[in-house]
Amino acid sequence: MSRIITRRRLLTTGAAAAGTTLLAGCDRIYQALPTRPLLDFGQMLSYRAHRLLLAGQPLVREYAMDDLSPDFPSNGTAMPDGFAYFDLITSNFANWRLQVDGLVRNKLSLSLDEIQQLPARTQITQHSCDEGWTAIGKWTGVPLAQLLQRAELQPEARFIVFHCLDEMTAGDFYYESIDLFDALHPQTILAYGMNDAALPIRHGAPLRLRVERQIGYKNAKYVTRVEAVDRLNVFGRGKGGYWPDRGYQWYAGL
Amino acid sequence: MALSEQQAASEQGTAVDVRSPPTQREIIHRHSLVVRLTHWINLLCLTLLLMSGLQLFNVHPQLYWGHYGYSGVPTVLSITGRYDPETAQPVGITRIGDYSFDTTGILGVTYDSEGRPRPGAFPQWATLGADLALARDWHFLMAWMFVINGTIYLLFGLFSGHFRRDLAPAADQLRPRHIAADLWDHIRLRRPRGEAAKRYNVLQKLTYLAVIFLLLPAILASGLTMSPAVTAAFPFLFDLFGGRQSARTIHFIAANLLLLFVLVHVVEVLLSGAFNLMRSMITGRYVVKPERAS
Repeated sequence: MSRIITRRRLLTTGAAAAGTTLLAGCDRIYQALPTRPLLDFGQMLSYRAHRLLLAGQPLVREYAMDDLSPDFPSNGTAMPDGFAYFDLITSNFANWRLQVDGLVRNKLSLSLDEIQQLPARTQITQHSCDEGWTAIGKWTGVPLAQLLQRAELQPEARFIVFHCLDEMTAGDFYYESIDLFDALHPQTILAYGMNDAALPIRHGAPLRLRVERQIGYKNAKYVTRVEAVDRLNVFGRGKGGYWPDRGYQWYAGL
Repeated sequence: MALSEQQAASEQGTAVDVRSPPTQREIIHRHSLVVRLTHWINLLCLTLLLMSGLQLFNVHPQLYWGHYGYSGVPTVLSITGRYDPETAQPVGITRIGDYSFDTTGILGVTYDSEGRPRPGAFPQWATLGADLALARDWHFLMAWMFVINGTIYLLFGLFSGHFRRDLAPAADQLRPRHIAADLWDHIRLRRPRGEAAKRYNVLQKLTYLAVIFLLLPAILASGLTMSPAVTAAFPFLFDLFGGRQSARTIHFIAANLLLLFVLVHVVEVLLSGAFNLMRSMITGRYVVKPERAS
């Protein structure tokens, strides 16, 4: 391996060294400051401002077939581990059921067939990942509001939790949650179809959430149970979602 | 405080006879408290916005045009690192449209303080936020601070007469002859003295106006276009920028233009009497040098 020190390398290493010294100083200040409450305050401002802007529950822009992106990246789980999911695939999800429970008067247990019999909504929308990429897909599914109406929410219900089949780390299954403001929005659907075909495995077959006014990680894949709750601090590490439990914000409208 | 009577006179707004230029140095009150405070808060916000923004860029170091964009879609700009199998060395590649540049050490692959190569579009020392979650939190908090601070400045500028008095070019400054002369002065690095130093020169005024009323609003609006909640409320933002990915690209370009402005601004300050100008932006006091003997 050549160890020739080029002038450019010397310069850039020097700049990096100077930067690192500066950074070490900044880091010390940074560590000493109580930044978390400040950052959460900023997040609270965004959440409140967005709720004000969206008070009229406008729909997100829907696109035409010509606007579909040629591909649609799959982030997170592309294929859940384990025999249970493998069995579901091999039986074409015949034994799969969606549970709707928690703070509801009528608990539901629905097969994929039964879900597909319900009045459907199709929408061509843009998916925005917090990493910065976006893709446009066509989704067909049942509006969540309709399922919740059938299940009859109890008045104490404030949040809807989505339990998923994909185990991220040992014992930690993916989950997400939204409040009723988003749950009852007409474009919030549980999709079983994508781009005029069955929802592919890498996109969360047989059922995934589309919550169009929030970014990627809120759109839980492999949804198997929809639970109405009055608090989120009893799930996972208490922040209302797999990624929110790991430092990401629960509200992700930006 | 040994301030001259002239200073007291100028603070009271006494008319100065321009035909008999002062031969002594004169101290004037140049920047109001609101302008000074918002200036430094703005610097803090924009610095942290830039640093957290670079971290956000590093997560997906590709820019696209239109509504969608992901790895595999043609890029407007990409800054990536890879290992060159022939030399077994890391190579940083910056690609603008169809043109590729080897930017090893500066972009794509950078060296840490011990000289070890490190992948990443922008070097770590220039970024804020250890991971995507933290960089996002910082970026959005500082965006709020920037907006609140900017709103205070805009309201003040409008109602105090700051914009009309200090930033709007005077009729005499807009004559082509004057603009050409001002440009020539800039090229010769010749700084105004006496009466002329009491107001911003015309290129300075036009630049400040462009930054305040075009560049910064463009950065803000293109940033908002990346939020699916905001575009649900204001879908026209998609039409304004030509899509979410175009908005992201414009956001990046505009931020670079802003950085360019700041660099030129700092160079101008250094060339035009850094101590005096810094004092004027901290305490408000500014020393006007007498006219050159003609």
